[in-house]
Amino acid sequence: MSKALLYDATMCIGCKQCESGCAQQNKLPYDDKVAAEPVQSAHKYTVVLTKDDKFMRRLCMNCEKPACASVCPVGAMHKTKEGPVVYDVWKCIGCRYCMVACAFGQPKYEWQSLNPRIRKCIMCPDRIIAGKQTACAEICPTGATKFGERDDLIKEAQGRIRQNPSTYLPRIYGLNEVGGTSVFILSSMKVEEYGYPASAKIGDTAMPEYTGRVMERIPDFIPVWTLVLGGIYWVSHRREEVAAAEAEEKKQHGSGK
Amino acid sequence: MKIKLTFWKVVFIVIMVLGLYSTVVRFFYGLGAVSNMTDQFPWGLWIGFDLLCGVMLAAGGFCMVGAVYLFNVERLHSVVRPAVLTAFLGYVLFIVGLMFDLGRPWYIWHQLIYMNPHSVMFEVGICVMSYTTVLFFEFLPNVFERFNLQAPIKWIKKIYPVLIILGILLSTLHQSSLGSLYLIMPSKLHPFWYTPALPFLFFGSAIAVGLAMTIFESTQSAKAFGRHLELPVLVELGGALLVALWVNALLRFEDYFHRGLLGQIIKPSYEAYFLWLELALTFVIPITMLSFKKVRLSPGGLYLASVCSVLGFITNRLNVSVIGFETYVGHHYVPKWTEFSVTLMIVAMGFALFGLAVKYLPIFPEERHPVQQRLRTESASVVATPVLGHAGD
Repeated sequence: MSKALLYDATMCIGCKQCESGCAQQNKLPYDDKVAAEPVQSAHKYTVVLTKDDKFMRRLCMNCEKPACASVCPVGAMHKTKEGPVVYDVWKCIGCRYCMVACAFGQPKYEWQSLNPRIRKCIMCPDRIIAGKQTACAEICPTGATKFGERDDLIKEAQGRIRQNPSTYLPRIYGLNEVGGTSVFILSSMKVEEYGYPASAKIGDTAMPEYTGRVMERIPDFIPVWTLVLGGIYWVSHRREEVAAAEAEEKKQHGSGK
Repeated sequence: MKIKLTFWKVVFIVIMVLGLYSTVVRFFYGLGAVSNMTDQFPWGLWIGFDLLCGVMLAAGGFCMVGAVYLFNVERLHSVVRPAVLTAFLGYVLFIVGLMFDLGRPWYIWHQLIYMNPHSVMFEVGICVMSYTTVLFFEFLPNVFERFNLQAPIKWIKKIYPVLIILGILLSTLHQSSLGSLYLIMPSKLHPFWYTPALPFLFFGSAIAVGLAMTIFESTQSAKAFGRHLELPVLVELGGALLVALWVNALLRFEDYFHRGLLGQIIKPSYEAYFLWLELALTFVIPITMLSFKKVRLSPGGLYLASVCSVLGFITNRLNVSVIGFETYVGHHYVPKWTEFSVTLMIVAMGFALFGLAVKYLPIFPEERHPVQQRLRTESASVVATPVLGHAGD
């Protein structure tokens, strides 16, 4: 029952309602100054970018197999069964590994704070559990951001491309990237032009696999390596022990007589 | 007691004062005020140098413990204690450094209760915590001997085989895992440094640096504390270093060869310049030097070759952690002076603590009764000079 978002850039009118709805939902400041900021930050989880009169939204992709959750040493990030990748601020120690690991550069940091938190779009988990849409989807006046079942949205996106092949580039960004995400993007422009990483570059492999391949060997490595080290120790000290034992024996023989 | 001000003592005081200023900025104004780290560059000098290089520079501990206690090479016995001391101080200071870099260091104990076994960082954290504890026990006999406590020495001797094997196991795990940290960033880290072989390269370089640092530290201690230099030991370490450098060089070559990058690395580019610098310092210069028997038998030659290779490996780790990300991010990251000053302060503290430990504890076996008058306090900062100059590279 995984939920997802479908953002159709061709339907977006750049009204930035999603930005303000998101800010309201997450209790972030939002005014003309924030609206004019063209980047995501600790106080701006989503941004609508403009290029040649065309718009593009950026937000956390809420990956199916999120890198941020797999790298967090204290498990402060996790993927919920409903779809959102959520953050537990209490657990966080502030190592910022999630920020460097994320292929989309989504987690942002409160650099000025003395007790800083990671900030990112968490796909309104409370609203989803309550049976509502995400704030951005609910407020969107044109339906450019659509909330729904992940499987349904994939079908819908495929249908839109099929019906209007001249409007859309023939791909759903987020369907396979890094093993699939919970945010899909349809567009007439290449998403790479708006700062999204190129599909070819990030690949279809789920990010946790890159480190998982090494981590899964550790449980086997520990006993094997311990045995090897113990063996080396035993062999290299054996000669001394034998010599000591022989000397001891001689001494006992000597005193026994 | 009269305190004489010398040049290096003044330098030491200046470093500490600036470091304390930066500490205040860090803990009262936040990471944003003290560093040039940004959302695009969330890991800076403190991860690149204090963590990656710090742990590598402390590798001498497990290398020498491995050589002397595991492989039972008695000839190297005299360097074990200083190497273990360096490693112990290195890890303690690395944890101090981590307190600066972590955004919420007061929650570091969460590591022990909220475990995520999939995380490389979790593994590094647990290994470093455990290994620091192991090093503490390996270091303890120094203290017991100082106060002539025979009973605890006996206990420690009984568990020593366990400590040795555990220490080497933990070191193998976390030295290589520091490389694994970067495995999850294939699209961000430049291909010159991103390779599936990262854990092997990091472990290999730790061993080479462990040997080189032991040569460096023995030579420096001899100079600073007026000890006589044990040339045969250094020569033996130099030979091992040459082998280790060759193995590392071959690993690097194999890696570039198999990934078909040999053509790219010789073409001039921003990354290539840093790679050349790294390869020259790490391999070309020290391997050439050590290939001459004359150099391998002279204390000065061994010293220079070791320092050169250590600087090379430091360049390598900074390339992995900083330079390798600049093309992806699209701009340069240059640490703020306050970041440098915290790192310098930590390094200077390391040298000072090393000096104090040597003064009051039987670190150097042939000098069981350290002559207090001969070891003036500033000796600590005298040794500091060569490394301090490069701490921020």
